[in-house]
Amino acid sequence: MNSVLHQIAAVIRLELKKTFFTRRGWWVYMLALAPVGLTLLHTVTMSRFQAYGRRGHSLYTDTEIFAFLFQTYFLRLGIFFGCVGIFSNLFRAEMLEKTLHYYFLAPIRREWLVIGKYLSGLLVAVVVFGVSVGLSMYLVGRHQGAAWSSFFSNGPGMGQLAQYLLIALLACIGYGAVFVFAGLFVRNPMIPAAVVWVWENLNPFLPSFLKKLSVIFYLKSLAPVTLPVRTPTPISFLMVDTEPVPAHYAVPGLLLVALAILIYAAIAARRAEISYSE
Amino acid sequence: MSDGLITFSDVSRFYGEALGVNRVKLAIPPGITSLVGPNGSGKTTLMNLMSGLIRPTRGEIRVLGVSPDRPEELCRILGYCAQFDAFPKGLTGFQFIHSFLRIRAMTEEECQRHTWTALETVSMADAAHRSLAAYSKGMRQRIKLAQAIAHDPRVIVLDEPLNGLDPLARAETIELFRKWGAEGRHVIVSSHILHEVDRISDQVILLSQGYVVAEGQIQGVRSEVKDQPMQILVRCNQPGRLAASLFQQDHVVEAKIHPDGKSVLLRTTDADRFYLLLNRVVMEAGLEVESVAPADDDVNSVYQYLIGAEGGAV
Repeated sequence: MNSVLHQIAAVIRLELKKTFFTRRGWWVYMLALAPVGLTLLHTVTMSRFQAYGRRGHSLYTDTEIFAFLFQTYFLRLGIFFGCVGIFSNLFRAEMLEKTLHYYFLAPIRREWLVIGKYLSGLLVAVVVFGVSVGLSMYLVGRHQGAAWSSFFSNGPGMGQLAQYLLIALLACIGYGAVFVFAGLFVRNPMIPAAVVWVWENLNPFLPSFLKKLSVIFYLKSLAPVTLPVRTPTPISFLMVDTEPVPAHYAVPGLLLVALAILIYAAIAARRAEISYSE
Repeated sequence: MSDGLITFSDVSRFYGEALGVNRVKLAIPPGITSLVGPNGSGKTTLMNLMSGLIRPTRGEIRVLGVSPDRPEELCRILGYCAQFDAFPKGLTGFQFIHSFLRIRAMTEEECQRHTWTALETVSMADAAHRSLAAYSKGMRQRIKLAQAIAHDPRVIVLDEPLNGLDPLARAETIELFRKWGAEGRHVIVSSHILHEVDRISDQVILLSQGYVVAEGQIQGVRSEVKDQPMQILVRCNQPGRLAASLFQQDHVVEAKIHPDGKSVLLRTTDADRFYLLLNRVVMEAGLEVESVAPADDDVNSVYQYLIGAEGGAV
């Protein structure tokens, strides 16, 4: 068992050496940096606004702004496409660059290779998007001054941040498993990415039993701040209300789904052949 | 004892409708074995099959008793230097070898030692800390070789290992092959450079269009080619007289005096009878023979006889 852990650790180390902060991943880092930029702009604008003696919005509004940013940007765009970029390339890029055979010629079970590559991708995704979530949440209400600091030190701020980080982690686990699997099968990862993305965004309109077959359904129910009810739109009547999943079901449920997908990915890797020219 | 052999038992591999190799039966002993054949003859397919990078459509392969379906066991005893001129990005030569040794669950001390030994074996220690991207074609070829042998494998599979090497590096590399072969390792080499294959091989496997055309020691393969008269070069003091005496026999089909006037090239359909006859003629005529040597038991000649124009360029 010890040697298996050594092998997995060696794969993680090599992957991090090759892929962390490389030029190829620039757009993933841009995706992660974008909300930091937006929240910085927000806090600078609000600080200027308040400096002119005008009354800004409440601290609670800032938590709602962040909740909106998290659910719309982080979950539906940033983390989703970040995971497409990171995880689908773990095997696919090696095939394109004709370097996968070096791994396949190492005396490691392909199952452990999949786990090692997946964990390295997870580490990168969690660090990049975890830092982004943390910085964005800190910056979004920074213009509130001491009240915002107190919100973290004495109020529910730290708890909320921990919940957002947990959701980001679960999103990376879930989407990561989906896209490492896709990267083993499909040459162009944008096709499965588009299919999964459409499916995830159709979630509000799906009947209850189909809603449960998506990652976003479990993640939304874990959010610490509920988004305010929006003004009805012409398609609102198509939305289907479903009871949110309790956290004690959502978290293990999502982990089990990710594990099942990873087991399929490991089986696929076990059967995989080197066929660069095809 | 098949555990000391690399065996292919009726192995076929198809790529969809296209044939890779068909009904291959081989038992490869230790030593240097060369795979010879034109592009598309199945050399790389055979190498990929024995390395577990692809699976047979039919048949069974064992490498020293281990199935290629079990890479975790096979790759402990096998090193493969593939023909792909590609490397993981962002690594130095040292990191490239060291990182893949770490995946073998070696200790850091073992990894360091094996990495330096491999680098020194291929004379790349000085360039160890340079980026792979900055290496020349010859250096890339040598670092691939170092990576393939770094774990001290018993089976070394080398796909076109001499490509891109300058003459000095090529000579050094061939010496390494000889050393590994003499140590009792299996060294499987594919090469287009037939005269070099000829110099280093203990046995050859000739391939054409996915089929094994011949296998074994090259002289043995040559003697099996009955429909092509064997060429024998005899250097002696009276080549004209020798040619006249031998040409009277029905199994000697051609005799050609060399332009230097000191040797005669003879073609015979029966080598055994030829050598008996030669002894008798030399004794009776009192000729002084300097040397007698087969002139066409090299890989190139055998390849031409067996595959010839149908095989295309090697």
